[in-house]
Amino acid sequence: MQQRPTLTEIEINRDLLRPTLDTPMWFYGLMAFLSIFAAAAIGAFAWAINHGTGVYGLNRPVMWGFLLVNFVFWVGISHAGVMLSAILRLANAEWRRPATRAAEVLTVFALGTAAMHPLFHLGRPWRLYWSMPPGYDFGRGIWPDIRSPFVWDPTAISTYLTSTALFVGLLLIPDLAVLRDHSSGMRQRMYSAMSLGWRGNTRQWKLQIIAGFLLSALILPVFVSVHSIVSWDFAVQIAVEGWNATIFAPYFVIGAVHSGVAGVISILALLRWMFKWENYIRDDHFDALARLMIVVAVAWFYFFIIEFMMGFYPNEEPELSLRNLQLTQWPFNAAFIVFALTSFFIPVPLWLFRKVRRNVALMFWTCVLVNIGMWLERFLIIIPSLMRKQVLTFNWGSYNPSPIELILVGGSFAMVFLGVLTFVKFFPIIPLADAKEGEIMATEIRVGKVMVPAAYREE
Amino acid sequence: MAGRSIMGLFKEVDDAVEAADKLKENGMDDFEVLTGSPYPEGAFGEKVANHRLYVWPLVGAALGFSIAILVTAGTQLAYPIVTGSKPILALPPMFIIAYEGTMLGAILSTIIGVIFESRLPRAKLGLYDPRITEGYIGLVVVAPDGDTDRVDALFKAANATDVKLEPVGA
Repeated sequence: MQQRPTLTEIEINRDLLRPTLDTPMWFYGLMAFLSIFAAAAIGAFAWAINHGTGVYGLNRPVMWGFLLVNFVFWVGISHAGVMLSAILRLANAEWRRPATRAAEVLTVFALGTAAMHPLFHLGRPWRLYWSMPPGYDFGRGIWPDIRSPFVWDPTAISTYLTSTALFVGLLLIPDLAVLRDHSSGMRQRMYSAMSLGWRGNTRQWKLQIIAGFLLSALILPVFVSVHSIVSWDFAVQIAVEGWNATIFAPYFVIGAVHSGVAGVISILALLRWMFKWENYIRDDHFDALARLMIVVAVAWFYFFIIEFMMGFYPNEEPELSLRNLQLTQWPFNAAFIVFALTSFFIPVPLWLFRKVRRNVALMFWTCVLVNIGMWLERFLIIIPSLMRKQVLTFNWGSYNPSPIELILVGGSFAMVFLGVLTFVKFFPIIPLADAKEGEIMATEIRVGKVMVPAAYREE
Repeated sequence: MAGRSIMGLFKEVDDAVEAADKLKENGMDDFEVLTGSPYPEGAFGEKVANHRLYVWPLVGAALGFSIAILVTAGTQLAYPIVTGSKPILALPPMFIIAYEGTMLGAILSTIIGVIFESRLPRAKLGLYDPRITEGYIGLVVVAPDGDTDRVDALFKAANATDVKLEPVGA
């Protein structure tokens, strides 16, 4: 954790503003490539609106399919983004500096994409209006029942999305001032307006720092509540054995942290490769994040085991049948093996080795594995649970995802990455002020014949 | 006190601190320090900035909680159907929505509070130099009429890279 180059403010500006002010051509090519998939998803959604939700592979009793699996997956990714940023800020962790904004931006785009999935699933997006307070029809006495988790869920997600987007925007103001000072013409006018006349006086910096801590402290409880509420979409359904579990809220929250931190590590690795930011996103950062991942993964695995074991414990036939379906029936048994290997048994032992933790490529691919596993985890929770024949099931079909659903799922990944890249095109993804503050606070001491960074002076 | 703003631009922190000390020795302790990155408070001997940011989230939280209770209780009371002999007002789901409303109110008002307390937005940037975002330190002080030359000399004596005077009538 000791090697650390010394950088001037001019170098920091030059390096971190390069994607914004001097965008390479390949960047546009990558955006165009991702746009094809995003456009395909939009086309698939338009097809679904035009032809009705019959174009999905949903069939009684499996009325929640890949779109809802993907919804929970993206909500999970989004949650750990801000969790990581907030915890590191509150703990004053020095290695937070390059990771915070990437985590927050990933949160915004992942959550925005997640929020689209219920609309995809319902097929009539305009009806969303009547589920929100401005659309309540008091004249005819029609509005949603607040006892339903489907009212809690959009309330929580819209709170989280609004808060996170504004949080990113507020902490972006000093960096927008840097862009204002380093651009010209139309672009300068845009950044001038967005930086709100920021001068960088002591008062403004003080409030920025307090805002970072205060908003982190306020957003953390929202983060915990949102994934708890998403879990209650499932847990309050008493008729579905696999879902009706009291442990679901903490289990979902820790699962979100597991997949989300892995998502942030993947994004950081991509940013480092794309923009050659070895001086900013250093091996130390991956090392520290991997240590965090070990703790999170073990905690998540504990909750997974408890949730699974408690299913067996009452020795009830419906629950045992569900576990039988998940563990022994094709294709769920194969999905279960892949899930267990990729989400825990392959990456975690690898992260125990320092060489792996400091190897960016290995960290990237192990984190991709984690997210493959976590997607399958949500698949195994949702689909097999619904496939069980219930007392009142009068029509029993099977579920196969349709091409439209597959395009929407694939397109959602393109949308999130396209969103992050669009942000990178217009704004610094590594906070300039944080990077500069890190340089100011750095203290070097001599140990033998080398100068190494000592403890950092913290607020 | 009538006067004009004057800004000294310094490359080194120590030079800026020296200039700030001289300003205070000359009775001008109300100066503004402009930097491109956050320095520890008081690093230049400037006055500590007071604010009331902590009140904002409390007010916002109270407002958000009230609106959430109003919406959740209002919709249930406006269509009162007794289900399973349960009370009309279902408190657990009301708590969930009230919690989100409270947090949203607190966060929104904190963000508004930070912008307000930071004295933003500003239509005009005032006395400023883009080099500040490259690591230079700006020291801005309102010099009494006739004292601008003295402050200019004081800044230059402290190795100021540049000294700027607010245009007349700005």
